[in-house]
Amino acid sequence: MPDCLETQSLLIGVLALQGAFIEHRHAVERLGARSMEIRFKEQLELIDGLIIPGGESTCIDKLSREIANELYSEITRLGASGKLPIYGTCMGTIFLAKEIEGSNQSRLNLMDITVRRNAYGPQKSSFEADLDISALNMGEGEGNNSFPGIFLRAPSILSAKENVQVLCQFDGLAVMARQDNLLVTTFHPEITDDLRIHKYFIDQVCRNSKQSPMASITTFPYEVSLSKS
Amino acid sequence: MPTEVKESRNVKTGTQAVKRGLPQMLKGGVIMDVVTAEQAKIAEAAGAVAVMALERVPADIRATGGVARMSDPALVASIVEAVSIPVMAKCRIGHFVEAQILETLGVDCIDESEVLTPADEEYHVDKSKFTIPFVCGARNLGEALRRIGEGAAMMRTKGEAGTGDVVEAVRHARAILGAIKKLTIMPDEELMTYAKEIGAPFELVKKVKEEGKLPVVNFAAGGIATPADAALLMQMGVDGVFVGSGIFKSGNPQKRAEAIVKATTYFNNPEILAEVSKNLGEPMVGLTVKSLAPNETLAQRGW
Repeated sequence: MPDCLETQSLLIGVLALQGAFIEHRHAVERLGARSMEIRFKEQLELIDGLIIPGGESTCIDKLSREIANELYSEITRLGASGKLPIYGTCMGTIFLAKEIEGSNQSRLNLMDITVRRNAYGPQKSSFEADLDISALNMGEGEGNNSFPGIFLRAPSILSAKENVQVLCQFDGLAVMARQDNLLVTTFHPEITDDLRIHKYFIDQVCRNSKQSPMASITTFPYEVSLSKS
Repeated sequence: MPTEVKESRNVKTGTQAVKRGLPQMLKGGVIMDVVTAEQAKIAEAAGAVAVMALERVPADIRATGGVARMSDPALVASIVEAVSIPVMAKCRIGHFVEAQILETLGVDCIDESEVLTPADEEYHVDKSKFTIPFVCGARNLGEALRRIGEGAAMMRTKGEAGTGDVVEAVRHARAILGAIKKLTIMPDEELMTYAKEIGAPFELVKKVKEEGKLPVVNFAAGGIATPADAALLMQMGVDGVFVGSGIFKSGNPQKRAEAIVKATTYFNNPEILAEVSKNLGEPMVGLTVKSLAPNETLAQRGW
């Protein structure tokens, strides 16, 4: 369980335009927080943190230029203000990056990293590997730093500015990193049974909601907005 | 240039999680049939999450007749080269050598498909032997679990490909999703007999009862031609859609492709569905499934 005492009151949004968003909702709910799918700009007012799931970045690129344009601008605004903690997995990493190698696709333009799309080659090169993530053991005494990393046509983080904290490297490249309110993994914790990275994010959301409450769910009728989705 | 993985001691490719994981990332998306690299680019620009590389779309396979086989590897390779989204390609049921060739070409997923002429009328490919995932068609829960037992990492309804008639996809989606719902409330002592009745591996039947869903992603396919068709299947509970002949056999493929992508994301919002369905031009002509002779249906292929 997360350290945060108010976990049950947290509402985590999962961007649900395309991709593995249900898996993230399950992970968040297993940790005791609540979750909702985000498809409209107005829904962002309700949430304490946002997860951008894995999916196909060209599809999200298309949607974000047209039908989901306002939603994307608002995520950029809230992310840049520092008020909204955002966690991106795989494609989410690409969308949060400021630089995407050789691509002019749309992006949230928030994190000082340069990424390469589909860096490891086609699906037959997709892989599982044990990662060493010491950040997952903070304050828990004896710990196991090993985390099952599942990389699916994954991007790689080619470079990061010094304000970016690299939390895990694999094969010489950053695969998990954090910058203020932003967290990224190029791999997929949501399709494993290991909840520690989601817990790490929720703890971050919890600290953030104490400092600068994004929203108080008692004052927003979020069920009403859910019916829109 | 792909990043080369040097820490090979720690790296495992082709595991069940890696094979089942790729289709999970395609959920809520549209996979489109394409026959040329240009069509693949149009599909990618329209927001497809993957393309299915084919020599002929199912409507043409139906019209031309004859034996339908794996596509020319040169065509498949040109499509792999043309786009950055995942590329799928079809092999004949039971034709494991076509599957080996497709894996070598760098496709991301193989469809062991009833749309092509079966190479084996008793056995399917042992899909567990391959590094890349397979998708297979099914009409009911038993068929789906047999394919998953053989190693399929993704399922789709068979529908009736190349018709533009959604009725069979609806039938198969209802059959599979309905059987799963019934299974979740079935007493444990009935499971073995049920597994025997539907011809499914017992362990998978048990797992579906526990989890209330298939252990792999389940898309709709076969006859989807409009944004409303896609949203219909999404509301019924599938994870995403394949559109075969429905796009490039229509009057304005790009516009229709974009509309079906938006409809699959906003499947629950009739106002958006109305908006994206406007002025799409002529849909594919279509062929009602009822007008087909029994030996003309593709869905009965597979065992």
